[in-house]
Amino acid sequence: MRIELVKRKEHSRTMALLSPLIAVALTALSAAILFSITGHNPLIGLYKFFIEPLTQQWSLEATIDKATPLILIGCGLAVCYLSNNWNIGAEGQFVVGALFGSALPILFPSFENVITLPLMLLFGAIGGALWALIPALLKTRFNTNEILTSLMLVYVAGLLLDYLVRGPWRDPDGYNFPESRIFSDAATLPEVFGGAMSLSAPITIIIAIVLAIVLAKTLKGFEIRVMGESPRAGSFAGFSAKRLTLFSFAIAGALAGLAGTMEVSGALNQLLPSISPGYGFTAIIVAFLGRLNPIGIIIAGFVLALSYIGGEGVQSAMGVSNEIASVIQGLLLFFVLACDTLILYRIRMVSRRVPTGETSHV
Amino acid sequence: MGDSVAETTLPEVDEHPVQQDRSEKDTLLDARGLTKRFGDILANDRVDLIINKGEIHALLGENGAGKSTLVKMFYGSLEPDDGEILWGDRKVTIGNPAAARELGIGMVFQHFSLFEALNVVENIALALPNPGNMQDLAKRIETVSRDYGLPLNPDDIVADLPVGIRQRIEIVRCLLQEPRLIIMDEPTSVLTPQEADQLFLTLQRLAKEGCAVLYISHRLEEVKRICHHATILRHGQVVRECDPTLETPASLASMMVGADVAAVSAGEQAPEIGETRLALQGLNAKAATPFATALNNISLELRAGEVVAIAGVAGNGQGELFDAISGEMPAAASMIHLDGRPCGNKNINWRRKQNAAFVPEERLGHGAVPGMKLSQNIVLTRHGTGDKLVGAGFVSNAEASVLEKRIKQAFDVRMSHDDPEARSLSGGNLQKFVVGRELDRNPGILVVNQPTWGVDAGAAALIRQALIDLARSGSAVLVISQDLDEIFEIADRIAVISRGFLSEAEPATDMTRERVGLLMAGGAETQGEVA
Repeated sequence: MRIELVKRKEHSRTMALLSPLIAVALTALSAAILFSITGHNPLIGLYKFFIEPLTQQWSLEATIDKATPLILIGCGLAVCYLSNNWNIGAEGQFVVGALFGSALPILFPSFENVITLPLMLLFGAIGGALWALIPALLKTRFNTNEILTSLMLVYVAGLLLDYLVRGPWRDPDGYNFPESRIFSDAATLPEVFGGAMSLSAPITIIIAIVLAIVLAKTLKGFEIRVMGESPRAGSFAGFSAKRLTLFSFAIAGALAGLAGTMEVSGALNQLLPSISPGYGFTAIIVAFLGRLNPIGIIIAGFVLALSYIGGEGVQSAMGVSNEIASVIQGLLLFFVLACDTLILYRIRMVSRRVPTGETSHV
Repeated sequence: MGDSVAETTLPEVDEHPVQQDRSEKDTLLDARGLTKRFGDILANDRVDLIINKGEIHALLGENGAGKSTLVKMFYGSLEPDDGEILWGDRKVTIGNPAAARELGIGMVFQHFSLFEALNVVENIALALPNPGNMQDLAKRIETVSRDYGLPLNPDDIVADLPVGIRQRIEIVRCLLQEPRLIIMDEPTSVLTPQEADQLFLTLQRLAKEGCAVLYISHRLEEVKRICHHATILRHGQVVRECDPTLETPASLASMMVGADVAAVSAGEQAPEIGETRLALQGLNAKAATPFATALNNISLELRAGEVVAIAGVAGNGQGELFDAISGEMPAAASMIHLDGRPCGNKNINWRRKQNAAFVPEERLGHGAVPGMKLSQNIVLTRHGTGDKLVGAGFVSNAEASVLEKRIKQAFDVRMSHDDPEARSLSGGNLQKFVVGRELDRNPGILVVNQPTWGVDAGAAALIRQALIDLARSGSAVLVISQDLDEIFEIADRIAVISRGFLSEAEPATDMTRERVGLLMAGGAETQGEVA
């Protein structure tokens, strides 16, 4: 018996829908095995991890809070990945966006009026886009590998944040704690739906829907998809690969930067040495689990947000290390990419008839 | 330009091989009921084939008829699902190519598997099970290659060699293993007529020595000329066996297609010379990569109403010339004029808006996006040409499907269901689609590279006729092709490209195959040195 992958003539629509579900199922199965080898009841573990966060008001709200930046960053990354630009540095773009967005309330705390918040969001988007354009320019001008450069800039951005929060942007009234001043009300993202969620959630959903339409219906979306699948055909269509690289990095950086600003302006209300539990990296998984489709990414964002809340849940309830969340996220990405193979290939079991090469050696 | 080559007269190829009575000959390979299935497709359906010793056996069939599948089973790279192979009188299972070589089966592939940075002897040593001492091997290569009329210099670096010589390396590599059966997949598609003649002599000599040749080719003229026996496959089944010397190319073609192939008619009237629509003036371009070809001072005028063909052996700058004319490779503005307007520096969409249309050689991945539907692939080249496909930045899927249906109908593009992904179409059907997509615009200037490459006879006739009809309606058509039969069938004037130089375009009626062949070989100095 051996297993063969047989290429399909066309992409399977069924599998395109099923593959993320199969990946989630396999991840749950692996998680169950992990729970049992660490001496825990796998069923209770899975329940605490995947289900319980959905049963309570507070954890549901926390899930939405976590899902929001994941979805927004994931949407931007989808534009990059669809066009074959491997932006791995959304975490850095998120941080630099947060820095640009925070500049206004930190440096000009008395500038308080209705345009404070829109300006912050705009600056945040610009900051993220500029940071993302660095690897894009390096790629288009010098042919560098954007995976490496975008990733390395994550650490540069992290150190920049650390320096600012401990140095020039430290709260003068903050007893030397490494934190910025607390943002004024005018610089704080309001809550909506009776406090159930921050304004960032509806903004994110609207952006995702607009992006879904752009990708599916417009010539720009067509260009992005063509370039991702077949750059030579893209240039035959008259599209410029370099311009699209700059465009897609700028979009991804802007959305990550916007997410960063909304995070500090809404959830945290100040700058801290660490403002992200790895949203920029987890969003890579979100983008792929959502099949690089903004609507799919909304769903995928919730699934991954659950893993943060669920990780804390199993830690407090069962004493399992919080690292389990990262392990499960990693497994999920692994299974998503593996299951994507099934969209263009199908599995066939082959039983060997005769051992080959035997008679030919006579 | 090729006068010195003209003096080297080649020995006459034996035009009429003596027909042998097959039953009396020694059977070398006897395949019985070979069946191979890929998913729902039956690629080979109970194929019986007998190859005798010393026989040049043609394997004919349209694209997708199952020829490659069959020979891959002989060469051990595919495993039959059913049926058996007798080698001599012994039943064998050929598990892998090494086992095939051990039996004495060699194969020369259509696409070479040579390392360009290595020299001849190194490339051959890599493929031999026991290459031994390199100096001895170099001597053997020299002797064997000279004996068989395929001289090689063992120290030459492959990257410097023209395609014809590269093929010799593959053949000599086979010969060194003293094969009893050589499988050749479209060997002459990369050769000039003179090089092909040389190859035929080698094959005839091999056959005299008792080695069998299984010969796959689309060129029916040459099959008739050198093959002793032909097996014709259609839809994975053997439909006919015949003696090709008693057939005509047309009768062979109709056996392959299963119906009569319409002859292409160039129209009664010679084309009226119209105004110049495409002009190349001193077009120069540097080679973009070490393995690309530079274009050297190319000039050509293409007039309304005519089909001009550019002949040449693969890799002599055809792709680069196409890219420069289409605008994928920028040039100086004055080097290219469309309807009198300088446009060497304009992009491809600007040129399309000038009513020019382009069909590249590679259909999948250049002319079409494999994973996109046909309707989306129409948007690919027509989003800027005023076909109402794009309005306010939005793509109209409805308009795209209207066009898709129209093209499908007009060019008989066959598909299993409506609007499939481009990758699911067979090569011939996809070619009809990418050519049809541009012809449907009724362009004033059409540039097409290898319009019928790998396309079956029926589809090729349809495409060629459409190109002629377009020209006769007042457009200018430039065809870049490596198929001389095609060129003489459709061209009003013929130019030849060699090492990035283009010869003067001369009326087709004044051209002969020999002259075209000499022009093709004109720039290939290395060839003259070795021979």
